[in-house]
Amino acid sequence: MPMYSEEVMEHFTNPRNIGEIENPDGIGEEGNPVCGDMMKFTIKVNDGKLEDVKYFTFGCGAAIAVSSMVSEMAKGKTLEEALNITNKQVAEALGGLPGNKMHCSNLGADALHKAIQDYMEKQGIQPKEQSSERSAGNE
Amino acid sequence: MKSINLDYIAATPVDDAVLQVMLPFFKEDYGNPSSGHTLGEKPRQALEDAREKVGRLIGAESKQVIFTASASEANNLVVKGLIAAGKKRGNHIISSAIEHFSVLNQLKTLQKEGFEVTLLPVDRHGLIDPQALKEAITDRTILVTIQTANPEIGTIQPVKELAAVARENEIPFHTDATAAAGWIPIDVDDMGVDLLSLAGDQFYGPKGAGALFMRKGIRVRPLIEGGIQEKGLRAGTENVPAIAGLGEAAKLAYETMEPRTQKVASFRDQLKDSLFKEIPHLHLNGHPEKRLPHNLNISVEFVEGEALLMRLNMAGIYVSSGSSCTSQALKSSHVLQAIGVSPELAQGSLLLAAGKDSNVEDIPYITEQFSQVAELLRKMSPLYHQYLKEGKINANVQ
Repeated sequence: MPMYSEEVMEHFTNPRNIGEIENPDGIGEEGNPVCGDMMKFTIKVNDGKLEDVKYFTFGCGAAIAVSSMVSEMAKGKTLEEALNITNKQVAEALGGLPGNKMHCSNLGADALHKAIQDYMEKQGIQPKEQSSERSAGNE
Repeated sequence: MKSINLDYIAATPVDDAVLQVMLPFFKEDYGNPSSGHTLGEKPRQALEDAREKVGRLIGAESKQVIFTASASEANNLVVKGLIAAGKKRGNHIISSAIEHFSVLNQLKTLQKEGFEVTLLPVDRHGLIDPQALKEAITDRTILVTIQTANPEIGTIQPVKELAAVARENEIPFHTDATAAAGWIPIDVDDMGVDLLSLAGDQFYGPKGAGALFMRKGIRVRPLIEGGIQEKGLRAGTENVPAIAGLGEAAKLAYETMEPRTQKVASFRDQLKDSLFKEIPHLHLNGHPEKRLPHNLNISVEFVEGEALLMRLNMAGIYVSSGSSCTSQALKSSHVLQAIGVSPELAQGSLLLAAGKDSNVEDIPYITEQFSQVAELLRKMSPLYHQYLKEGKINANVQ
């Protein structure tokens, strides 16, 4: 078991916002079971804001904590604000992740962005340039 | 807070009797076994006592036993030492896909240096077919090295049959018995093996002492050159306390073999039955019968192993996993891959290794916690919800 920060352990022990929104406005999936981590985010959008964010996660301690943190960070944000959440910010908010977990488990922001893009496509909204920087800060 | 170790494959505590045998050699009888004076006598005698005890555990003569610092070192001495001795000309080594990394990684390096390596496949239970070995042998083969039993899935190989094939072709046969020694009866003559590795920390001896059995006529070059300790095959002042401890552990393992391993196997079987009864979607990895008495390896469908390990750890239950997240290399178990376990199930694999002090009275607690953890993690797994949905769809179709 890697050394995890207190924040990671706290979110792993008490993950927030688990679940799947019925009739979601957007769905985003990232990862796969072969690499060991997989996340599915569903979002509810109201008045340009993320009214609700839920997820299901298959993965290690870091992946579960990341999903939980992303859901907390994104809830209540405007779509633009949420699209600007980076994997790096998520890791920082969790007090850091072990080096070897940065790439494989830190997929939460990517999955969230996919859900938002899914919503935008359904609504016919053109995504802005910055929203395509899915992997920004993933180093 | 409960503290239940189900990871005795990682380490066993040093037995009290073993510790008592070790202690004098730290201070009282601290001498160097190579000394010609009185201070060397007891340490020298301790090494020879240990050699005899280890020999007895594996049916070997004491003069055929060489002490090392670990089983990994013994495995390195076999592969590198045999090649360096160059007695039999050739460049081909045969092993299996599920060996320990102390064998596999050496073979990988040798391949880069131009050696040919054949890794025999295993069936879905982890067994190697002696016929496959027969077909893999060429006139360039210089060594066959196949483990006695697998530490991860517990499968016990038909070593006797495999060694017979090697012997017919006059090729040295080595078996890595690290996971098996002390847990199943071993007799090097009955098995017909030429070399065998083991380590005492697998059976209540201290860390830092291993041994290599080497049949007369086999030649290896030392990895560490210097003094003529261990007949010149392992230079460096002997770790007398650890070797004395290994010897005593071997003696105890030999003397208690039947009742101890029966008790452990009974615990393992009851735990398995309890878990499979209470928790749906579990899969057994490894052979249903031909397996080490303390080994239970199961995949928990729809969830990932490290999360399971961490949640069980919070409940005071210590296990290990073959998931990629729990390995430093971030690769899922090569053993589970070789027996054809799907990537998803390999990620959800747990190794439960019992020990002589495992208590059947803990099984209800372990089962209850295991069940809760599996349910909690499944409830947040997209794979589980996908399964539930597809189940419903199938039901509607019917």
